[in-house]
Amino acid sequence: MTFAFDLILCLMILGTAAIALFVRDALAAIAFFIAFGNLMGLAWLGLDAVNVALAEIAIGAGVTGVLLILARARLLALGDAATSTGSPLLLRLGALAACAGFVVLLAAAVLSIPPESGLDRVVAPLMPGLGIENRVTGVLLAFRAYDTLLESFVLLGALVAVWSLAPAGAWPGRPADPGMADAPMRRVAGTFGQLLLPVALVMAAYLVWAGSDLPGGAFQAGTVLAGGLLVAGMGGTIGLPSSDQPLLRAALVLGPVVFLAIGLAGVAAGGLLVYPAGLAKALIVTIEYTLFLSIGVTLALLVAGPPMPGASDPDPEGKG
Amino acid sequence: MSWIDLAVLALLGAGLAFYAAGSLGLLRFPDTASRLHALTKADNLGLGLVALAAAIYGGSLAVAAKIALVWLFAVIAAGTTSQLLARRARLDEARLDDADSAPDGGLR
Repeated sequence: MTFAFDLILCLMILGTAAIALFVRDALAAIAFFIAFGNLMGLAWLGLDAVNVALAEIAIGAGVTGVLLILARARLLALGDAATSTGSPLLLRLGALAACAGFVVLLAAAVLSIPPESGLDRVVAPLMPGLGIENRVTGVLLAFRAYDTLLESFVLLGALVAVWSLAPAGAWPGRPADPGMADAPMRRVAGTFGQLLLPVALVMAAYLVWAGSDLPGGAFQAGTVLAGGLLVAGMGGTIGLPSSDQPLLRAALVLGPVVFLAIGLAGVAAGGLLVYPAGLAKALIVTIEYTLFLSIGVTLALLVAGPPMPGASDPDPEGKG
Repeated sequence: MSWIDLAVLALLGAGLAFYAAGSLGLLRFPDTASRLHALTKADNLGLGLVALAAAIYGGSLAVAAKIALVWLFAVIAAGTTSQLLARRARLDEARLDDADSAPDGGLR
């Protein structure tokens, strides 16, 4: 990428970030936040960090953007104007000082790393032992699998926290129907959902499979699956399941539990989360596919929100 | 500069011109329907031309096929969302008209 392109991209990132922070209207702030996330994804792409770019665009801009829009709608429904009000000067100066200090510390830390000491050099010689080629997947699922294992449980914990907000009497019901109320809109969204959900499934399965050797992986694929499920839900193509369905519960815990079981079984091969020689790729792919399913369903349900009273559903079977 | 580079540049330039026209329409047209009209027509064509430029620049059939898929889904998604936006705008207008004809000329 050329210098001019990098410069324009940096200016646009700073500009969208500034507008997202300073604009008063919450919807405008969210719109600029989503634009900011997409531009950040472009910047990561320019740094050849395709995995990070995918995650930033799918989770940072996509899922977070949807969550913010829904949070705003909920605030409006509760009677909050959802606009920012002026804060005291002292608070603003304090925030400025704290952020500036953090930026200086972060910059000092990043600049103190010699350019040639990247993690890549350490990881590259170890990759042949795993049988996969994507070094990010290698780090996430083999060399630092602990982090990813904990992350998968944190995501599950987040859903439990959201579910615990269910109003009295609504448990164990369905989340509010995400389907559009207006019949013509529902039909348009439904047609799109019917097309998108199978494509999202194929795309997500490909992203997991490609994640072994190319950019991709369980989190990116899970976001694609969640997106497909939500769009299909908005059009009424699928109904959201009630939160006590055994199949749903199984889908939610499958990934973390399989990951934990394989990690514990590694004790026999030499330690927690150690993969036996020769089996590493098969185990990593197994973990990634089960994690992808759990992450996708969990993210979709996080967006759908807690069970609501009287949330009826035209499709009693729900999704499996 | 080869003929291929020239073609890529020409397609990119034409695509960007359509994007610029669409953005201008979005900023200048008076109501939602005409803004959507400007945006969807110009952006679909703009995206098509830029995608074509990228496919030629990529230089392989596999890359071109992937870009074609990206283009296809972007067009379907854009068509769907603009339908939904237009319907929403119409519902809002109808609600506003009802409010205007009410005796108190009330707000929504």
